[in-house]
Amino acid sequence: MADMASPKAFAYAPAPESRAVVDIAPSYGLFIDGEFAEATGGKVFKTISPSTEEVLSEVAQGSAEDVDRAVKAARKAFEKWSALPGAERAKYLFRIARIIQERSRELAVLETLDNGKPIKETRDADLPLVAAHFFYYAGWADKLDHAGYGANPRPLGVAGQVIPWNFPLLMLAWKIAPALATGNTVVLKPAETTPLSALFFADICRQAGLPKGVVNIVTGDGTTGAALVAHEGVNKVAFTGSTAVGKAIARTVAGTDKKLTLELGGKGANIVFDDAPIDQAVEGIVNGIFFNQGQVCCAGSRLLVQESIQDELLDALKRRLSTLRLGDPLDKNTDIGAINSAEQLARITELADSGEAEGAERWAPACDLPENGFWFRPTLFTGVTQAHRIAREEIFGPVLSVLSFRTPGEAVAKANNSQYGLSAGIWTEKGSRMLAVASKLRAGVIWANTFNKFDPTSPFGGFKESGFGREGGRHGLEAYLDV
Amino acid sequence: MSDRLSVFKTYKLFVGGKFPRSESGRVYEVTDSKGNWLANAPLSSRKDARDAVVAARKAVGGWSGATAYNRGQVLYRVAEMLEGRRDQFVAEVAEAEGLTKAKAVAQVDAAIDRWVWYAGWTDKIGQITGGTNPVAGPFFNVSSTEPTGVVAVLAPQESSFLGLVSVIAPAIATGNTVVVVASEKAPLPALSLGEVLATSDVPGGVVNVLSGRTAEIAPSLAAHQDVNAIDLAGADAGLAKELEIAAADNLKRVLRPQAVDWAAAPGTDRMTAFLETRTVWHPTGSLGAGGSSY
Amino acid sequence: MPTTVPAHGNDAAGRLKELADATASDSALRRFLHGLPGVDAVGLEARAASLGTRSIKTTAKAYAIDLAISMIDLTTLEGADTPGKVRALAAKAANPDPTDRTTPRTAAVCVYPDMVATAKAVLAGTDVKVASVATAFPAGRAALPVKLADTRDAIEAGADEIDMVIDRGAFLAGRYMDVLEEIRAVKAECGDKARLKVIFETGELSTYDNIRRASWIGMLAGADFIKTSTGKVAVNATPANTLLMLEAVRDFRALTGVQVGVKPAGGIRTTKDAIKFLVLVNETVGEDWLDNTWFRFGASSLLNDLLMQRQKLSTGRYSGPDYVTVD
Repeated sequence: MADMASPKAFAYAPAPESRAVVDIAPSYGLFIDGEFAEATGGKVFKTISPSTEEVLSEVAQGSAEDVDRAVKAARKAFEKWSALPGAERAKYLFRIARIIQERSRELAVLETLDNGKPIKETRDADLPLVAAHFFYYAGWADKLDHAGYGANPRPLGVAGQVIPWNFPLLMLAWKIAPALATGNTVVLKPAETTPLSALFFADICRQAGLPKGVVNIVTGDGTTGAALVAHEGVNKVAFTGSTAVGKAIARTVAGTDKKLTLELGGKGANIVFDDAPIDQAVEGIVNGIFFNQGQVCCAGSRLLVQESIQDELLDALKRRLSTLRLGDPLDKNTDIGAINSAEQLARITELADSGEAEGAERWAPACDLPENGFWFRPTLFTGVTQAHRIAREEIFGPVLSVLSFRTPGEAVAKANNSQYGLSAGIWTEKGSRMLAVASKLRAGVIWANTFNKFDPTSPFGGFKESGFGREGGRHGLEAYLDV
Repeated sequence: MSDRLSVFKTYKLFVGGKFPRSESGRVYEVTDSKGNWLANAPLSSRKDARDAVVAARKAVGGWSGATAYNRGQVLYRVAEMLEGRRDQFVAEVAEAEGLTKAKAVAQVDAAIDRWVWYAGWTDKIGQITGGTNPVAGPFFNVSSTEPTGVVAVLAPQESSFLGLVSVIAPAIATGNTVVVVASEKAPLPALSLGEVLATSDVPGGVVNVLSGRTAEIAPSLAAHQDVNAIDLAGADAGLAKELEIAAADNLKRVLRPQAVDWAAAPGTDRMTAFLETRTVWHPTGSLGAGGSSY
Repeated sequence: MPTTVPAHGNDAAGRLKELADATASDSALRRFLHGLPGVDAVGLEARAASLGTRSIKTTAKAYAIDLAISMIDLTTLEGADTPGKVRALAAKAANPDPTDRTTPRTAAVCVYPDMVATAKAVLAGTDVKVASVATAFPAGRAALPVKLADTRDAIEAGADEIDMVIDRGAFLAGRYMDVLEEIRAVKAECGDKARLKVIFETGELSTYDNIRRASWIGMLAGADFIKTSTGKVAVNATPANTLLMLEAVRDFRALTGVQVGVKPAGGIRTTKDAIKFLVLVNETVGEDWLDNTWFRFGASSLLNDLLMQRQKLSTGRYSGPDYVTVD
């Protein structure tokens, strides 16, 4: 057209968040009884930034002896902490919530560096949720009589908590906030690849004046975690991570009095009916599987789409995936960051390759991957059947398997046809269909016309091999009370 | 101490986030427990009450529409701001109620903690007052509570600050807005509280503070058709009955005066008194036209 | 997909014939409109808000500012408009920043029909278009012959573009066919002399489902642009309603090959706001819409804010209202 100016791309210039807001020490010890100390034997390991492979710091490798010291410190602190009036415990937690709010930009940058996830997510999702979680459970500390667990419910004692690397600080909040509110003390082991935010949290505990020993952080690998859950001084074990490790923990605590909650894997079905609000469904699908590079236990990793709208939906989805921006996680415009570790990247790669080998059709938008670090293109597979590994196994990466269905009954049957039962999504403008389908899905969290929504007031947890127990909400108190 | 002449504070009403003088142009003398003059307080008229109701009504939409989390943050902020002006309130409460400093400290500390207590309730009260109901039929049925609207509050006459906070905080925690009539003989802590609220992220109009003669102001609030509820904590038995009769005109929710130990841990009564329960039915149906559940 | 043609292009009418079934009768049109996918308000607003967090800096910002300036329909629509006011506005459109001749011109000025000739005289020899509101703007409460006469007046006075309002009363009463036919009649009046922008007054349509339906009515009737609002009601252009309309033109082009422009109007006052809208365009419909043939801002005070930001980028210091012209 004559009057049409020649189009030129609206290319976003780099908009990196400043690293200067966070000061990472060259090495960190264990946080036990209110002090940082080296590990017994002095073993350390490095934590790197997965987007650059740069070494961020050296962290102590906690041994069984260190775990023992930490549990003893927590035990010692338990007596006074559990005897404090709830209103006083509440005020400590409110202080922690406020300090997290104050330091949220620093923590967001730190989390992005250590985890590889985009700053947009740590800034707008992780950190606000972390602060909100402490704020919410702070309020429960002096209201336990009203929580529906009888009068004056008692804490359990020392909680041993092992958390994963996908939402390091948020999972810490989910574990520590309810434990402390109910009067327990904790020993927490952060994931091997993302230990830093937990160590910064230790500093926040100090700023808040939290009594020594109430929160202890022991960094390390799987052996450290195993020592913690096996420790006889632990009254409560809370674990978020893989189903395989969850089963091992369940075996470990068998025959003891330890109360156990497990948040494990998932293979969430995102079910799109032909009357769905399509544009919003596309956003929900993208958010469901590409949020945090798909490294989310409740990810909507299986798209179940009604056959009558499959082509239309896939066109829209591919168009949308082509606009995702992959790259430097510290850039405020990055949508897709780095995979957390070489090990995880290898697992995603292996499973995606199996999808191709088993006959599914692979598609990914064209995008350049940075040279260093661990990266995986947002990918979708069509022509997937229930028999494919990519329809059954948790990939824990940015890979979406697309299946189709014809009727609501078939959608429910396929969605439920999984060892897992953590999450599901339903997209339809028809309320009665949504409720009918929701009531038949064997999943702990169901999102209708939305996906991946979290709130401290809302319980979260799975059916079947996705684990048991609930975190969040009034229900989340039960895991830490002697009821 | 030098012979510097101190600056007196002019106490003003707190209405719609602003600090007006009484429309009546009148004040009354406030004295300490020994009868010594402390300050003049505005003597609110019926018109002041009307203006306060208008301000409170205007604030209902925004405040009740804010997330419970947000309201919790705001209430907690009140506690933070009060902590910074603790000494001022200790002095005012001690003078107003004739308390020793230690006793006044206990009152003020308890009042600050009360804001914290209710800050924690904003996002929990709905979880214990509502829930799903297992109706016998293919229906999803859920009850939830919401604020009743504008609540007129007659603050306790004896407990000028802890009692005051104990009646305001539960009403606004759930999303109501209030017009509070301060303790008649000890209104100064209430008027100072307005200054704290004005700088605490509490939106203008959510709390409106009037001072004056309870028996003069209360009847117009009790009879006001745009007030949804009334807390009679600060009314004596005779006045309370008269107000309850007036309140019946538009079936206000009425919380009658009762003996309360303001220092004791409160329950949930003062919140639930000003909540409405709404129940929603929605068909769930079955997965297929044949009614099969697959 | 067929090659794209603009709605006023020669092929457009032929392309739209493929959808003739949809507009064959009142009931057919109703079925078609009610068969469009629903809009979930929370999801739509969340998507618009999330695009609003894009961080547009340095070179991207400079690009966006110039692009935004070039997309403005610099507007004055007041009862108090005088020839003097309109001449000043037109001069500003042609030469927005007297201190920097590299500043792009605005796309158009937008005035009432009786001011078209005045504006046209000032803008002769420039590529700045004159847009005129018409059809009993802003309420649209007049008989069709009056609306057509209003349109004709504006075109005869030299208007390059017509900004018409739809009959919201008819729309809300469910008389979709009346709305469509009225747009068609105005379009016929415009012929190939003027491009037609169709204003929905989204604030009065109220729901997103209605805005989507109105968008399709407008496009089916031959609109060259769909436009949010008159600027005269409480809620005007918002990121969410503009995103929804961008989705509509995207889907319409995918279906018919006919490209339609989008014009958010009213309430866009700052550079930051304008850039958010450009991000919406960029990430919803892409660069095909990133010029003033296909995207416009209906605005007045926005221009000076853009100019101040432009000065800030070139000088490194913040500018102030004394350093841009007041018109």
